[in-house]
Amino acid sequence: MSVQTQLERVAPITTPRARRRSSTRFLLGGGALLGVLAILAIAAPLLAPHDPEAVVVREVLGAPSFDHPFGSDVLGRDVLSRVLYGLRVSLLVSVSAVLVSTIIAVPLGLLAGYFGRWVDTTISRTLDMILVLPAMLLAITFIAILGPGSAVAALAIAVIYLPILARVMRSSTLIVTRNEFVVGARARGAGHLRVIVSHVAPNAMGPVIVQASVLSAFALQLEAGLSFLGLGTQPPTPSLGGMLSDGRDVLVQAPWVEIFPGLAIVVAVLAFTFLGEGLRRAFDPKGVAE
Amino acid sequence: MTSRLAFVARRVLLTIPVLFVMSIVVFLIIRLVPGDPVRTMLGFRATDANVAEVRHQLGLDQDILTQYLNWAGALFRGDLGSDIVSHAPLSELLAQRLPVTFELTGLAIVLAVAIGVPLGIRAATGGRWVKRLTEGFVVFGISIPDFWLGIMLVLLFTGTLAILPPSGYVPFADDPVNNLRYMILPVLTLAVGEAAYILRTTRSALTGVLDRPFITFLRAKGLSTRRIVSGHALRNAAPAIVTVIGIQIGVLLGGAIIIETLFALPGVGRLVVTAITQRNYPAVQAGVLAIAVTFIVVSLITDILVGALDPRVSDGKST
Amino acid sequence: MSPDDRIEVPADVLQFTDVSVTFATDDASPVGPAVDGVTLALRRGEIFGIVGESGSGKSTLANAVMGLLPGTATVTGSILVNGREVVGQDDAQLRSMRGDEVSMIFQDASASLDPTWPVGDQIAETIRAHRLIDRREAKARATALMTEVGIPDAADRYGDAPHRLSGGQRQRIVIAAALANDPQLLIADEPTTALDVTIQAQVLELIDRLRTVHGTTVLLISHDLGVIAQVCDRVGVMYGGVLLEVATARELFRAPKHPYTRALLAANPAGAPRGTRLPVIPAAWSIESLSEAELLAQAKEAER
Ligand SMILES: Nc1ncnc2c1ncn2[C@@H]1O[C@H](COP(=O)(O)OP(=O)(O)O)[C@@H](O)[C@H]1O
Ligand SMILES: [Mg+2]
Repeated sequence: MSVQTQLERVAPITTPRARRRSSTRFLLGGGALLGVLAILAIAAPLLAPHDPEAVVVREVLGAPSFDHPFGSDVLGRDVLSRVLYGLRVSLLVSVSAVLVSTIIAVPLGLLAGYFGRWVDTTISRTLDMILVLPAMLLAITFIAILGPGSAVAALAIAVIYLPILARVMRSSTLIVTRNEFVVGARARGAGHLRVIVSHVAPNAMGPVIVQASVLSAFALQLEAGLSFLGLGTQPPTPSLGGMLSDGRDVLVQAPWVEIFPGLAIVVAVLAFTFLGEGLRRAFDPKGVAE
Repeated sequence: MTSRLAFVARRVLLTIPVLFVMSIVVFLIIRLVPGDPVRTMLGFRATDANVAEVRHQLGLDQDILTQYLNWAGALFRGDLGSDIVSHAPLSELLAQRLPVTFELTGLAIVLAVAIGVPLGIRAATGGRWVKRLTEGFVVFGISIPDFWLGIMLVLLFTGTLAILPPSGYVPFADDPVNNLRYMILPVLTLAVGEAAYILRTTRSALTGVLDRPFITFLRAKGLSTRRIVSGHALRNAAPAIVTVIGIQIGVLLGGAIIIETLFALPGVGRLVVTAITQRNYPAVQAGVLAIAVTFIVVSLITDILVGALDPRVSDGKST
Repeated sequence: MSPDDRIEVPADVLQFTDVSVTFATDDASPVGPAVDGVTLALRRGEIFGIVGESGSGKSTLANAVMGLLPGTATVTGSILVNGREVVGQDDAQLRSMRGDEVSMIFQDASASLDPTWPVGDQIAETIRAHRLIDRREAKARATALMTEVGIPDAADRYGDAPHRLSGGQRQRIVIAAALANDPQLLIADEPTTALDVTIQAQVLELIDRLRTVHGTTVLLISHDLGVIAQVCDRVGVMYGGVLLEVATARELFRAPKHPYTRALLAANPAGAPRGTRLPVIPAAWSIESLSEAELLAQAKEAER
């Protein structure tokens, strides 16, 4: 019966207003969540009740209490303070990685989409090579060469997302370039650079911003995974992935050591995902971003 | 039929440049290490003679083209060099470890498809509540990092319920029952996220197909809804679903690197992670190579399957 | 052959009595019914044309017969197929009728066929959906149908995917699939609109010939007066969901009664070449907003 409903339904007639309303909900939700997380991360030194690296033997594996709301870990360090500092590192690595990637991808995608032909072929084929390896394997390869660390992890993430972001920018540039105002600007004698900078780029940015937000969610998980393997952020600097790795052996005795950092990752991932969904509904109605 | 064969041949030929690029990446791993890779590998206590010997052994004292040709030539003969730490031939090491990775990822993708496709069909054809519940599962599966999910599953199944071992491995040939007991949690961990992606793809591909005019004609011919969905809509959605499954196997192979470490499974992923921390570059190369080749072969099979499912693709027409 | 020569059979194949269709919209803004009080009976074996500009409710009326309207549509009145009520039937009953007693073909044949299925199987499947016959028999019957609708080397083309056939051939396959169970009524909604003019003529001839051979009644929908003029016995003119006038094709083109029809013909002289589209009639023509006298005046104006 329910199958019938689907077959008989009409494509939902979404009014622009309804679309705007649903996009606002996601934007507000994701934005607010991310704002709170960002404040927590930036103000970690002020907010953290304890020194995240202070080893207190008395407190080893202490259960959550008034003094340690999230409990304490194998070395008696305060889990809440470490989560706040870990969030700081995780957000920093993932956001800066995606930012760098976007900054490089935008001009590449613009050039490929605007000029087409051999420029497009050269850029696209070169970037395709990055996709020869699965993302995680490529990140691992980078780290194998350059050694572990959060900077290398960020670099690896930036490289992995380059082809995706450039491809989205290329597609949206292709669409914008066909618009009459671009053709008109060219006809009025404006140079390529002027047309790209003042007409194409501003109108083609929407989807790539959406994509960047979606990828930030993945970057965050990737960074946490690498740190979990001991290949990302190095101890003693607290990181969410590293905390999960530290607490692995005491999981059953002291689950709080594993639960809270994981929840922090989930919340941050959800924040980026909602933000991305809101941005998609607002700025990418054609669905250019993947 | 001949056009089908030509399509397969073309696709097989296309993997040659991909394999070539991949081989260069793997080849360069050791050579791009900043400073002297051999010294980094052997540590400070190594003597100059030691370093020179290993350098010669790895062929690093020749010019780069000769190095590549020798390396690629050895690769064709199945010679991957030997492990710096254990001195065992890497081909033997891979032969031991690949089955573990294949079992893990193979079971995970089967489970993910078994969950994702039927739920995706329900999501595309069901009522409002089915849609909400499946959407919740998608958000859950995509937002939870798989290794944390794995940790939580361990907490539940070995901590609270105490019915499954937390980690470890026995070969299937030695003890099939315990092998599967060890595999349950890692496979479940990997499968949940993948199932979410497969569900989402199935749902959107099927929804798209159900909106197409030929579905109306099928209804006008008097076919039942069940027949329309199973005989036509799914068949048309299959290429998109298979494509995504192929891509997700790549993601799964990456995820296996973490999950093998988490559950102490002696697979290729764990080999690579251990090798990186020990600066055992030949082992890193061998592991990366094995995973990359697997991924390339999977992509090839996926594309051929898509061609077989969609007559327009194998006829060289774009869809 | 004109319908007047036929022996009258008591029950009409298709009979509409005061049929109206309204679509529910998500915002509260009220829209008029898409089909508004249509009463009409089709005679056995005739080709009845419905003509009207785009959006006049032709497809909605046709889909109501098949029970193919979306869930947002409400149908009132009575639609009798061979004397049996269709309005308010459940899906199982409608399904046994569709593709068997009544078939329908749509505008774009390329889009009407499943791109992944061999064309022959798409014909055979219609038979197997309604008859208990084995695969081989269905295949033989489908091949024969392909030959009948004019596909050369039917047995060889049976296994071809739709994209290997030309647009005209695909429409022939669709017709074969629709006629596979010898329906008494064929509804053809703009069957030639997506085709170029020479192919259009061939497809219309095919429909006409099949009607003659099998005695199928045809409801042919078009916004193209040329198409209507070529094959229809009788014609109904629709505007804004209302069936304005019904006449034999000859009468309609010679002496249109309704002013809107006259305006239509004035803009498209009778015997207009196939492919001529109806002009979109300006909003001022809305029949609700104009009195009969005003319409008449405007029609006269248009004639000059
Ligand atoms: N699924 C639908 N939902 C809402 N309105 C519809 C739907 N289908 C058709 N309509 C409306 O019904 C009217 C008649 O449409 P239609 O029957 O398709 O006209 P025609 O076939 O003569 O071009 C139009 O105003 C159209 O907007
Ligand atoms: Mg229509």
